[in-house]
Amino acid sequence: MSQARHAILNVTRRELTGYFSTPVAWVFIVIFLVMAGVFTFYIGSFFERGISDLAPFFQFHPWLYLFLVPAISMRLWAEERRSGTVELLLTLPITTWQAVAGKFLAAWLFIGLALILTFPVWMTVNYLGSPDNGAIAAAYFGSWLMAGGFLAIGSCISALTQNQVVAFIISVVVCFGFLLSGLPMVMNLFSGWAPQAILDAIADFSFLAHFAAISKGVIDIRDVFYFGLVIVFWMIANTIILDLKKAD
Amino acid sequence: MGELRIEARSLSKHWGDLKAVDDLSFTVDSGEVLGFLGPNGAGKSTTMKMLTGFLTPTSGTAVINGHDIISNSLAARQSIGYLPEGAPSYGELTVRQFLQFIARVRGFSGTQASSKANAAIERLNLTDVREQTIETLSKGFKRRVGLAQAILHDPAILILDEPTDGLDPNQKHEVRDLIHEMASDKIIIISTHILEEVSAVCNRAMIISDGRLLVDDTPAGLIGRSRYHNAVTLVVEQPEKVASRLSELPGARKVELREGELTVFPSEGAALLEVVSEAIRENHWDVSELRLEAGRLDEVFRQVTQEVQP
Repeated sequence: MSQARHAILNVTRRELTGYFSTPVAWVFIVIFLVMAGVFTFYIGSFFERGISDLAPFFQFHPWLYLFLVPAISMRLWAEERRSGTVELLLTLPITTWQAVAGKFLAAWLFIGLALILTFPVWMTVNYLGSPDNGAIAAAYFGSWLMAGGFLAIGSCISALTQNQVVAFIISVVVCFGFLLSGLPMVMNLFSGWAPQAILDAIADFSFLAHFAAISKGVIDIRDVFYFGLVIVFWMIANTIILDLKKAD
Repeated sequence: MGELRIEARSLSKHWGDLKAVDDLSFTVDSGEVLGFLGPNGAGKSTTMKMLTGFLTPTSGTAVINGHDIISNSLAARQSIGYLPEGAPSYGELTVRQFLQFIARVRGFSGTQASSKANAAIERLNLTDVREQTIETLSKGFKRRVGLAQAILHDPAILILDEPTDGLDPNQKHEVRDLIHEMASDKIIIISTHILEEVSAVCNRAMIISDGRLLVDDTPAGLIGRSRYHNAVTLVVEQPEKVASRLSELPGARKVELREGELTVFPSEGAALLEVVSEAIRENHWDVSELRLEAGRLDEVFRQVTQEVQP
């Protein structure tokens, strides 16, 4: 067990070192913060609403993640496969699963860091009024969980190709599907021929539906469980795909 | 730990209809430096990828120090240092960061990881570039970083896929010296398409083609298979005239004239040098060069690998 933890954390550490020794990390963080600010204050009408909460901030997170998380995840495995380092990594005494988990964790922590750096928004709302800080903490947690879902999908798709651009585009499309899968435009594709049970299941897959409650500060164990399940499912798929495709 | 030994048992890897490696069996023991020779696409790299646990064999297996590479892959990998083809490494890291990562994954922690990384840096003469990111280094340095990574944990088994590819003659020499230094208590497997390398570093050579083992011999044994083995070559005035006289000598099977050089091939077991020297003295030929051929590896290689082609 401790060997596994050791292996995962070493991979995580290497990844994070890699992030911060290139401009990628800084570019990402700056763009994330600018976009989050633009959405919150201009499109979300943070000031005009006159309500002291962070709903305008969190409501755009799914859309922010839709493009920014695949930008992080696209290189996770595509780059390893293109440069051949995947052969180095997977012949070290670690399992494929440990490598997948280590890289996922690094990217997830990195997005967590970007999220933490949005704290001026939180300070602003506390300066202007007295929001429910417990609800805000819950929403932050939910947002990070959802980012993990997007990331697990993106990481898995990144293992399918050696081309980062292809990985990015396919990830955005798949994430978009998961995001919208409760909305009429997706449901209409299935209603009429698919049985009700499947319709319910598809509707239940929607990131938006599961994020909606958490972003209001309500942590329902089912929503947490849902995102946890999404992450684990895609990480297992990631491991299997990697084992099948690594040598291509 | 078990005894130091690699045993490949009917190792095969098929990609659809293509048999990249086909029923390969061999055993390597401590102290052996084994060279994999073969044309491009012969299955050398694929075999190494299976031994190191990167690829799962389609059938068959290999046992490394008593650990099966399929059922006990992690334990098998512990005792192996591996330089993959092209010496891939994480370009955005510095040499020191990269080697420390390898050391930690290999199970060393804290100061021990640092000292292992430093030792490898010194061993491969990387001290001057230790704080440079790997992507800024020349090809020769990158290759040495790859080698440093492979030997860092002082593995009992070294598997090096084209370790001197892209190095200049001095660097090649250094790498060969390194292999010599480490060879006595290890198993070293290298793949190469540079034939002189086999005589330079290996004490055993295997020629592989189309995924099958064609020859397993010592380098001297390989050279001995050459038709040039123990032949005598000379450069002489009026070679045509001399050629006809030479072909009448006892023990001479055949005489060939190529690019101004006459080569006399011996019949089975005959020693020609003395006979030829004698003839030169008797006939007062004007000889400017005379040498005994050891054999030509490239010719053996071509002969062996092309025989099997349809």
